[in-house]
Amino acid sequence: MYRRLPDPRTRAVRFTFEGATLSAQDGDSVAAALLAAGIGHSRTTPKSGAARAPYCMMGVCFECLIEIDGIPNRQGCLVTVRDGMDVRRQLGAPGLPGDAVGEGSE
Amino acid sequence: MTRTDLAIIGAGPAGMEAAATAREAGLSVLLIDEQPEPGGQIWRAIERNTTHRPDSLAFLGPDYAAGRARTERFRSSGAGYWPSAMVWHLDSPPEGEKTVVVAWDGVTRQVQARAVLIATGAMERPVPVPGWTLPGVMTIGAAQTLLKSSGLYPDAPLVLAGCGPLLLLFAAQCQAAGIPVAAVLDTTPPGAAMRGLPFLPQALLLGWRTLLKGHRLMRVLARSGIPVYRHVRELEAHGTEHVERVRFVSGGQPVELEATTLLLHEGVVPNPQLTRLIGCEHRWNVAQRCFHPVLSDRGETSVPSVFVAGDGGGIGGALAAEHAGRIAALEIAEELGAVNRPSGDIEIVKARDHLRAEMAVRPLLDALYPPPAWIGKLDGDVPVCRCEDVSARAVRGAAVDGAPGPNQAKAFLRAGMGPCQGRMCGLTVTEILADAHDKKPDEIGYYRIRPPIKPVTVGELAALDGPD
Repeated sequence: MYRRLPDPRTRAVRFTFEGATLSAQDGDSVAAALLAAGIGHSRTTPKSGAARAPYCMMGVCFECLIEIDGIPNRQGCLVTVRDGMDVRRQLGAPGLPGDAVGEGSE
Repeated sequence: MTRTDLAIIGAGPAGMEAAATAREAGLSVLLIDEQPEPGGQIWRAIERNTTHRPDSLAFLGPDYAAGRARTERFRSSGAGYWPSAMVWHLDSPPEGEKTVVVAWDGVTRQVQARAVLIATGAMERPVPVPGWTLPGVMTIGAAQTLLKSSGLYPDAPLVLAGCGPLLLLFAAQCQAAGIPVAAVLDTTPPGAAMRGLPFLPQALLLGWRTLLKGHRLMRVLARSGIPVYRHVRELEAHGTEHVERVRFVSGGQPVELEATTLLLHEGVVPNPQLTRLIGCEHRWNVAQRCFHPVLSDRGETSVPSVFVAGDGGGIGGALAAEHAGRIAALEIAEELGAVNRPSGDIEIVKARDHLRAEMAVRPLLDALYPPPAWIGKLDGDVPVCRCEDVSARAVRGAAVDGAPGPNQAKAFLRAGMGPCQGRMCGLTVTEILADAHDKKPDEIGYYRIRPPIKPVTVGELAALDGPD
């Protein structure tokens, strides 16, 4: 789905998504790394289970919410991908043990 | 606990210029930003591109390359800088110090500041067309971010749809980088010349440089050979798991095109979250169809000692944001009795002149590229609130059921209650309710925003930094 302009000076980064090893480039956000790797959707919605992918890439749409190293509800577009990161799709509403409380405002 | 004279939130043009100016005046400054690198959206990854991808400066253009001098000025200013830091609360009592609450590096930190400058900029207006929630549909700004930050671009066929300067700029950047664009769907309504005419003299007089830039971008698009569909309406994205095609009406004719990526853009609006959180007064801007915080000519909000500079206070673009950042910093330096401001007054007058000149072109742009009037008329299945899958029909239904404003509609429908906290649906819900009740958006109002305004883990809450 995405191509990358030639970039010989940037180091490769290796992380896992759903257990499979993927390659990204140093400086990529997690959301960008997944798009570059051809991952079609990174979460499903809590209500209808619809597949979603990043919409804004600047921290306002929250469509890139994802589980990183066991912590759900991370904004994938605001986290820089690192070697050895364990990234997982966020399916529906994350469970309590993951301890994210920053959802909703009422 | 960290103490500073001035806390600035956002490292874009306004925030960086304010930080450098306030430092020159002798204030202690801490700049907090959620991105890993300074520059804001306009100068995303400017430092990395300068060192690692110098070729990219050529196709991203001179306005982008100009960001390098700005980040250098900021970096050498002596201002404190917390990148990748999430401001999730701002406590701003009318008197006394403000407290900025920040999740940074796994710990919640509290910053005590004598004054706060909110420089959180703009976001692209959400464009709720049918199919906009499909993977593969994103904003033009999102694709531009991928290009700037990672050198990534969407596979063919790529379709751009919308209206306004950013669409033209991105089309020109694609052209210069050799990225194929299958079609541009221009949603600008007919009659642009007539609409713009009354504002042309003022724009020509003070904003001719901006007009020239716009003209150049239009010429690049015209010569590119990219098919351009004019006066596009009734745009829809279709596909099962991912966008596959777009349908629309252009020149009265239905058109269908293949697309693996559809990029939308209908202008930018202030990012409202922080100014709403602290309850400052907002007003509806009719020409730009969005709320903005009410600011004094010093840049101060209705909450004392909390200032806004840049697009977060009303759309003016990067250069206007820098001037506003400078004005706010000089005013704050004055208010806090900073030691080093020998020619502060002259500097403020100069910065105000620059800001006025920069804003002169805005009424023309607003008239040429009017924000979509159809959003307030939405009905049917189209999702308005992406987080909670709430349709336009449901929002209209809530109005019939007696919801006078967004907060009641939220209680009825959960619209605005998901993780984005209304960032994606807030304006649309206000516009639909205003239409349904035949009232003005100012009468309808906006969501009440409550902390935390960013996801925070219990771990980050528990690891609160102690007193000094």
